[in-house]
Amino acid sequence: MRPVLYVLTFLGLIALGFWAYRENYATQAALREVRGLQNEIANLREALSVQRAEWAYLNRPERLRDLAGLNFDTLKLLPMEPQQFGAVAQVVMPVPEIAPITGPIDSLSGMAAVDDNIADQVEAIVATAAGEGL
Amino acid sequence: MRTPLRPLARVLRARADGSNPDLIERENIHNRQQAMQERTHSRAAARLGLMAACFASFFVLIGVRMGHLANTEPMEPVASAPGAEIVAQRADIVDRNGRLLATNMTTHALYAHPHDMVDPKGTAQALAEIFPDLKADALERRFTDGRRFVWIRKVMSPEQMQLVHDIGDPGLLFGPREMRLYPNGNLLAHVLGGYSFGAEGVHSAEVIGTAGIEKAMDARLRDPAQGGEPLQLSIDLTVQATVEEVLQAGITALDAKGGAAIIMDVYSGEVIALASAPTFDPNNRPVPLIGKNDEASDSPLFNRAVQGVYELGSTFKIFAAAQAMELGLVNPDTLVDANAPMVWGKHRIKEFEGKNYGPLLTVTDVIGKSSNVGTASIALMIGGVRQQAFFKSLGLFDPLPIELVEAPGAKPLIPKKWPDIVTITASYGHGMSASPMHLAAAYAAIGNGGIYVKPTLIKQTAAAKGTRVLSEKVARDSVDMLRGVVTTGTASLAEVPGYEVGGKTGTADKPKRTGGYYKDKVINTFASVFPASAPRYVVLVTLDEPVDSTGPKPKRTAGWTAVPVTAEIIRRTAPLMGLRPKVELAQETTLTASSN
Repeated sequence: MRPVLYVLTFLGLIALGFWAYRENYATQAALREVRGLQNEIANLREALSVQRAEWAYLNRPERLRDLAGLNFDTLKLLPMEPQQFGAVAQVVMPVPEIAPITGPIDSLSGMAAVDDNIADQVEAIVATAAGEGL
Repeated sequence: MRTPLRPLARVLRARADGSNPDLIERENIHNRQQAMQERTHSRAAARLGLMAACFASFFVLIGVRMGHLANTEPMEPVASAPGAEIVAQRADIVDRNGRLLATNMTTHALYAHPHDMVDPKGTAQALAEIFPDLKADALERRFTDGRRFVWIRKVMSPEQMQLVHDIGDPGLLFGPREMRLYPNGNLLAHVLGGYSFGAEGVHSAEVIGTAGIEKAMDARLRDPAQGGEPLQLSIDLTVQATVEEVLQAGITALDAKGGAAIIMDVYSGEVIALASAPTFDPNNRPVPLIGKNDEASDSPLFNRAVQGVYELGSTFKIFAAAQAMELGLVNPDTLVDANAPMVWGKHRIKEFEGKNYGPLLTVTDVIGKSSNVGTASIALMIGGVRQQAFFKSLGLFDPLPIELVEAPGAKPLIPKKWPDIVTITASYGHGMSASPMHLAAAYAAIGNGGIYVKPTLIKQTAAAKGTRVLSEKVARDSVDMLRGVVTTGTASLAEVPGYEVGGKTGTADKPKRTGGYYKDKVINTFASVFPASAPRYVVLVTLDEPVDSTGPKPKRTAGWTAVPVTAEIIRRTAPLMGLRPKVELAQETTLTASSN
């Protein structure tokens, strides 16, 4: 009985050693990968900060002003003026679209359905108008 | 072997001897007890020893581990990847809408190990070609005089770095550097200030602020606990750019030496724009003037809005009127003595160009016509002690609490004694000096319904806490008076249709360094609030030595110089700040169908 136990213990030890060996290498590989990823993140972050700086540089007010001046022929951009403000009432409300009637409508129930549809749209317009404070 | 307590042999022998056999038993009991004692003792000693060994080994273990930790290079925890943030060493600065004002960029520094150099002479020449500011012979001398380490450049561009690589000398080495970048160039230069390197090593260098908000908020910007969280200013970049453009155009047109402009939110004390001209590029900060005869204000580094303390002239008159109304001495329609010239001791108080608006003027007209004598009469009613207290409550006696490193140095110039003649002159802005920013903050108090709020450059999220210096009614009346100056008084050019500008002009002669005043050099100031019906912003423009030479006679009063510049600033920036004009200006634009 005892020798069998010894052999089994020994085999178990070998198995554990093998497992620990593999785990060790797997961990090291994972750590290496993490390090690589972190380097990549750091590089990307650096690139991002450079790009943000470049974006800010290209959008600096001085350059935009010059570009607006150079391309005046096509863009017609001028500095914002007080008279460019308008009142909401000046904006033409969009005309509600009524769904096209595709099939023949011959019954009273069909008419009722169309009426409902228009009533819904009118309600929606009133609600939007109320929301804009009109 | 256990010894019996009464061994028969000894007992028999004892009996034969006639001695007491009990003694034998007692002796054996004693021996047995002694043996047991010895055993227990040694066991206890062994346990103690084991315990001591355990403790000792633990201590050694911990000590060794501590020593090991202390000696290893610090590194980021590799295993905890998700939380590992790589943040810049200095926080970004952004404007109130999040547009970038200052950021960091990684670049490289160049240094040399001359003992590793193959060809010091050739290298020095090649470097001088790449960097025109380096001298080949000076470099060569430093490479060959036996030192083992030479700094060559603190920062350089990637192109320059590639050229240095191409030299291919093993003695040239690069170290990573984080540098500060101001992508908007000259814009907002006086607020941002600039940077330089602090402690420098091969692998990294400290980036420290040298002026402006970079230095004032240095600790916050470098705080690792807030790393990556950008510092948000109250400045609006678009408004700032417009203000700088208009101010520069005004300075050019009026042939001025310089100027400053401030836009401030009256409720929160937030400074929306702060410009000073001439300006500079914070990426390449010029060297300060250090010559004996140089005036600090001649340098572009000089922030006229905050550092420049000037006699701000008639802009102060509204304070006298407001305080007299607050004290109940006058109301806007009270008639006060304005008979010029006024004689006070050996001084004569005169009006502009020797006019006489008197003999009596209403308080509203005193402000509207900018009467020195009328203001002096009001100031004498108030008295010096109360006047000083009021100026103090408006922050005109103390350095500004604004977040710029230059601010604490710009202390207003206040006369030590305050006799009646100072009360008179201070009431119309002479004899004491303050910075334009002081004046803007004081006008903001009038615009804010009489509550003084400290000016700030940091975007505010909570409502500002202020101190009440005027009642709401008086503040209202004062704003109406300022509005009157624009509608009927000296600042008629400030009228911007739809924005109800109210303000007060100020023209002060420049003091000579040797004492006395220049005849033809003035500082013109226009301090305004708008819209007058519900003030939102203070706009202040100061011009240094402007002159309007369009007419037959050069005009140097603020009404012809600072006022039109302010009007243009308001006309351009008010829409940018989302302020809707009060009246409809243009005809309605309508779309009509047309065939072509």
